[in-house]
Amino acid sequence: MVKEVMTSNKAVAEAVRLAKPQVIPVYPITPQTTISEYLAQYVADEKIDAKYVKVESEHSAISAAVGASGAGVRVFTATSSQGLMLMHEILYAAAGMRTPFVLADANRAISAPLNIWNDQQDSIAQKDAGWLQIYVEDAQEALDTTLMAYKVSENPDILLPSMVCLDGFILTHTVEPVEIPDQEIVDEFLPPYVPEHAYLDPKDPMSIGNFADPEYYMEARHDMDVAMNNALDVIQKTCDEFAEKFGRKYGLVEGYKTDDAEIIYVAMGSLCSSIRVIVDELRAKGEKVGLLKIRSYRPFPVDAINEIVKDCSKIAVVDKNFAIGMGGALYGDMKLKIDKEIYGFITGLGGRDITPEALNEIYEITKNGPENDVTWIGLKEE
Amino acid sequence: MIEIRFHGRGGQGSVTAAEILAKAAFKDGKSVQAFPFFGVERRGAPVMAFTRIDDEPIKMRYQVYNPDYVLVLDEGLLNVVDVFSGIKDNTEVIINTKTFEGSGDHEVHKIDATGIALDMLGRNIVNTIILGYFAKKTGVVSIDSLLEVIKETFPGKIGELNAEATKKAYDMG
Repeated sequence: MVKEVMTSNKAVAEAVRLAKPQVIPVYPITPQTTISEYLAQYVADEKIDAKYVKVESEHSAISAAVGASGAGVRVFTATSSQGLMLMHEILYAAAGMRTPFVLADANRAISAPLNIWNDQQDSIAQKDAGWLQIYVEDAQEALDTTLMAYKVSENPDILLPSMVCLDGFILTHTVEPVEIPDQEIVDEFLPPYVPEHAYLDPKDPMSIGNFADPEYYMEARHDMDVAMNNALDVIQKTCDEFAEKFGRKYGLVEGYKTDDAEIIYVAMGSLCSSIRVIVDELRAKGEKVGLLKIRSYRPFPVDAINEIVKDCSKIAVVDKNFAIGMGGALYGDMKLKIDKEIYGFITGLGGRDITPEALNEIYEITKNGPENDVTWIGLKEE
Repeated sequence: MIEIRFHGRGGQGSVTAAEILAKAAFKDGKSVQAFPFFGVERRGAPVMAFTRIDDEPIKMRYQVYNPDYVLVLDEGLLNVVDVFSGIKDNTEVIINTKTFEGSGDHEVHKIDATGIALDMLGRNIVNTIILGYFAKKTGVVSIDSLLEVIKETFPGKIGELNAEATKKAYDMG
């Protein structure tokens, strides 16, 4: 085990090296690009024994990933923003064909207006594709989650692909200390992928992802729902096993100072780190406040959330995405599934810095009773 | 928590300097974080980068607004951007300059890093050199760790030369 200072993109590339995928089809896009560069270098240096497939677009990258995964090998790809939008069609195919590979998405805003900076609109726009989505808070979690994602996706009770979502620039281009686990221990935790069900084998030919008439289609889609719900248990068990092996604890969600909290922030990804600072500051002033971090957005862990928010009085959901005319996606899901007094806040779109002032404002508004269900924070006054 | 802001131009290595400082402080046993001001980088355009150093794990992810130290790699920026933006009374400002006479409001440290760079490297690349001066003036990072990281970052002859130039600036601090 070594500890080095690196970006989250490098941490993801290190996790991929340790996971030993056999095929890596990838197309570069800011701010994901350095992931594809590191992996190209690792393959060239024979640190990874994989076929690095150079493609002409993200649509081709994900198509190659589905094809390779359908042939029963471990596959990795990565993208961001417009690249993920171009993958949209095949994201659904990947989930429907039950190809259990891993995609890292460097979260970035969607055009128009053109913007290369961070928010989470790109992956949120794919929340219904049938992929597992885990949002990570720091570089260590990016590495650890990439490893765990393979174990979860490849579980025969799941067989759905995983999207590891890491905030563009805020994580992808920020260096911080990361512990790189030893290969031997990773090999114990994540042995080679051996497909048990449908995969393409010339000795035992079959079709995958083929035509399903009204007699079969609904059952195939329902099976995906069953698998997604199974993932709740499998993710938690995988986290527990990971903690035993590597000493770092993760779960579907994490509560930070929530035990006696009256108001709880809810957020995903790197923003949780800044909220921890504000929670500490508000606690020092006697405010009963906490943070609920959602790691697993898909599957959406209703029971785990309820366990943490059951005694609080108000919830402030902070979204870095926006369904035009509706509010944030996480806010919408919380309103649908959690029976509490919940308010939504939109902030940080297109890389707008989420300052301590913005986070304090969210707390004050929630405490005093918001005028609207959904409030925009950090908008410039005309 | 110590917060450092770097001002430079695209291509001058401000982001690399912020990362080298973080890696050196990490070698000293500190928690660190370094990141660029997230922009569309072009050669010659003003850029900023930031380093945070602390004894405790660093959580916050917002930008640095009130730095403890400001390092200016290119004095030409003084007419372009407000390098004194958000500084505190005790913020120390280090500028690569031969000619700057001071802003009148805030005392600055001056180092002719360009002179050292042209003399020892044959190129006007000052990002490691100004870190040497910073290390001596502030004690925020040890010179040993700094030189180690510089040699790791730039393997071979370039790293050796950079380390020598950095040490020279350190001795001038």
